[in-house]
Amino acid sequence: MASKKLKEWGESGPSVSGTLWKLGVLGTVDAIAVTMIMVLLSQELIAQAALSIFVLLVVNWIYLRKGGLPAKYLTPGVLFLIVFQLYVLLFSGYTAFTNYGSAHNGDKTLAIQTINNAAYRIVDGPDYTIKLVKDDQDGSRGFLMTNNIDGEVSIGKDGELPVVLDESQYTLSTECADKYAEDTVNCAKPAETAIGYTTQDVNSFSEKEKARYLAIRVITDPANPYVGLRTSEFTIALPSESTLEFSEAADTFTALVDDEYGNYFAGDVFKPAVDGFYRVDGVLENVKLDGGWRVEVGLKNFETIFTDVQLREPLIKVISWTFMFAIATVLTTFILGLFIALTFNHDKLRGKKFYRLVMILPYAFPGFLSAYVWVGLLNRENGFINTVIFGQEPGSEGNFPWLLEEGPARMAVLLVNLWLGFPYMFLITTGALQSIPSELNEAAEIDGATGWQNFRLIKLPLLLISIAPLLIASFAFNFNNFTIIYLLTKGGPSDSGLTDYDVGGTDILITFVYKIAFSGTGQNFGLASAFSILIFIVVATISLISFRRTKKFEEIV
Amino acid sequence: MAMATKTRRPFNIFRWFASTGWRHLVGLAVCSFAVFPLLYILSTSLYPNNDINNTTALFADVSPANYISLLDQESRPFGRWYLNTVYIGIVTSVGSVFLSALAAFAFSRLRFKGRRPGLLSLILMQMFPSILGLVAIYSLLSDVGRVFPILGLNSQIGLMMVYLGGSLGAGTYLMYGFFNTVPKEIDEAATIDGASHARIFFSIILRLVAPILAVQMLLSYIGVTSDFILASILLSDPNSLTLATGLQQFISDPYSKDWSMFAAGAVLSALPSVALFLGLQKYITSGLTGGAVKG
Repeated sequence: MASKKLKEWGESGPSVSGTLWKLGVLGTVDAIAVTMIMVLLSQELIAQAALSIFVLLVVNWIYLRKGGLPAKYLTPGVLFLIVFQLYVLLFSGYTAFTNYGSAHNGDKTLAIQTINNAAYRIVDGPDYTIKLVKDDQDGSRGFLMTNNIDGEVSIGKDGELPVVLDESQYTLSTECADKYAEDTVNCAKPAETAIGYTTQDVNSFSEKEKARYLAIRVITDPANPYVGLRTSEFTIALPSESTLEFSEAADTFTALVDDEYGNYFAGDVFKPAVDGFYRVDGVLENVKLDGGWRVEVGLKNFETIFTDVQLREPLIKVISWTFMFAIATVLTTFILGLFIALTFNHDKLRGKKFYRLVMILPYAFPGFLSAYVWVGLLNRENGFINTVIFGQEPGSEGNFPWLLEEGPARMAVLLVNLWLGFPYMFLITTGALQSIPSELNEAAEIDGATGWQNFRLIKLPLLLISIAPLLIASFAFNFNNFTIIYLLTKGGPSDSGLTDYDVGGTDILITFVYKIAFSGTGQNFGLASAFSILIFIVVATISLISFRRTKKFEEIV
Repeated sequence: MAMATKTRRPFNIFRWFASTGWRHLVGLAVCSFAVFPLLYILSTSLYPNNDINNTTALFADVSPANYISLLDQESRPFGRWYLNTVYIGIVTSVGSVFLSALAAFAFSRLRFKGRRPGLLSLILMQMFPSILGLVAIYSLLSDVGRVFPILGLNSQIGLMMVYLGGSLGAGTYLMYGFFNTVPKEIDEAATIDGASHARIFFSIILRLVAPILAVQMLLSYIGVTSDFILASILLSDPNSLTLATGLQQFISDPYSKDWSMFAAGAVLSALPSVALFLGLQKYITSGLTGGAVKG
């Protein structure tokens, strides 16, 4: 060898075709990214656009510079991991310390907007068909309004009286103002465009732009600034009376009228309270306005988990069943799988291949379908199990209540999981049994060991050494086996009446948490995320312990 | 081996039963346990009448009627779901195997700062149960969808990106193990011969581990096409559903339950997975046990 040193990666210069490929792919990515950044800018999402530009520049730098080879291979995967795993982890971690949920689903600006949009009631008066327009001179926003009763056309701006236009100043639409009009030729038609104004297309609006039009109040009575024309879906303006007035400087809502349900009275002042709601005088015990925002609540969600009396009883039940379910599943599948493996680990047995093929069918059949099939099999009135295998009367409500009562449902879940899981255990124990040197068996036989002694003292310990990590992995998997529980029983039968929480007889932790987050009216993402973190810690601990026992872990640590 | 030295004894049914015969009994019992739910669904799918009361005997009546009317439903476009599933499955499995292979190549062949922490965090991130990330994924996609509807909720591209992101960690880690089994001397020799890193990656390493890549893709395909929960939360338009979410409609709606349709759909949906699985049985099982029994 002429040179003493081995050539470094990439030193030998790239080929022409390789470079073309690289530029082609990079160019396509850049083009897509630039388009997306333009869209972000048009939607006034400045921070997001800036971040995207930064990422785009970094990616281009990575691929266009010389060297830095690891980054070139890692970047695509890392980008995905950052968005879909790291972000998800951090988001869940942060959410656990907030009150995020259906009642607090955004930031404060969004909450103010929500309250404002609901803070009116419709009063008597003419309604208008409107077009959204922008003044060509000063860019101010307004409505091009056509009175649905007398057809008068006017321009309305926020806080101002409408300015009536004469016929030379506007053109009419070709469509009827009344969408359901039968005579589409002679019907009243609303104004479409006006001279000096540009009609806007609501479909191209960003959320912020929509909010600006929703905020417009065209006053109709100079003496009463609280009655005006407003729109809620951009095509019609209705005379409305404001019920609340927001003061940006003071950050308060003031009630202008008595609440129709008697919850608050004219003159009440709503101030932001620490729980993410506007409440009268900002005091926690007082009446709140619907529409809260997300606030950090510290350890409150964790406190709820450990101290809430309502939660305690169901939680203890769910946790103990989760462990029972995971342990029982591992044990039953392992024992059956091992028994079959031992039975078939026999040289003279014919048809082994056939048995093996049939037995791994449950493993090959898609899991979600298996769950549905079993739901049908276990049907109380007409299920195959009740009517054919146990010979009960078809259609009878007195049949065995698989899935409908807690004890039987738990049994059924374990039975189905045994069906799903034993082929896997059979496969791995067979592999492990075959890797035990046959000399050991022979030596034991010569020493006069019985079959049982041979199994218990020689095969089983050797087997467990290699299988134990897989058993632990199987435990961790079943600890969070959402699919099978959710599809079979949805966690039910439901234990309604026990507490405020939706909890059922076969709920394991993860289905219980899923219900807290997604089902029912009181979606509580904060509490669900706090649970997620605790589950993560449990599973990570178990998995790390099992990893430590395998060589793989030692290789990298 | 020990048997060969013994002299041949006359056939004795009791001795035969004690040594091998009972094994057949166990085999038959376990096989019936394994196969009866599958026979039941196959039988239901061929039974021409949607009257579950009468399906007491397996294969009492056989007709393709359910399959024909299954493909003919407008409100539940089964054929469309099938294509959606295959499309999402293929794009995701190919994409995730390719991206994992890129990253695994770096971890296996290159030495750089942060390599060990990188591998460790890959393992750690995998332990976060994906169901629990649903809130974050849902709110992420709904935010993104407000600006880019094509990447947001109810978009297959959005769903595929979520699958990709979710499978990369485990995929990279597995692939890293496989790449380590390819001797480094091979790519050192290629480097001396003037091959670029890209050439070594695409033409040498990927070729050598091609069978493993294929099995990885298959497993990822089966995993993605069986996913129920993400698809059911992110997709809602009937035309964009996958089989896992669509088929459920046949049995979840209490007013129009249709077991026969469901059964026919289930059989058709399971066929590719089962066929692939049985065909590649050897490779898959060796992949399952490889780490365990050699480690």
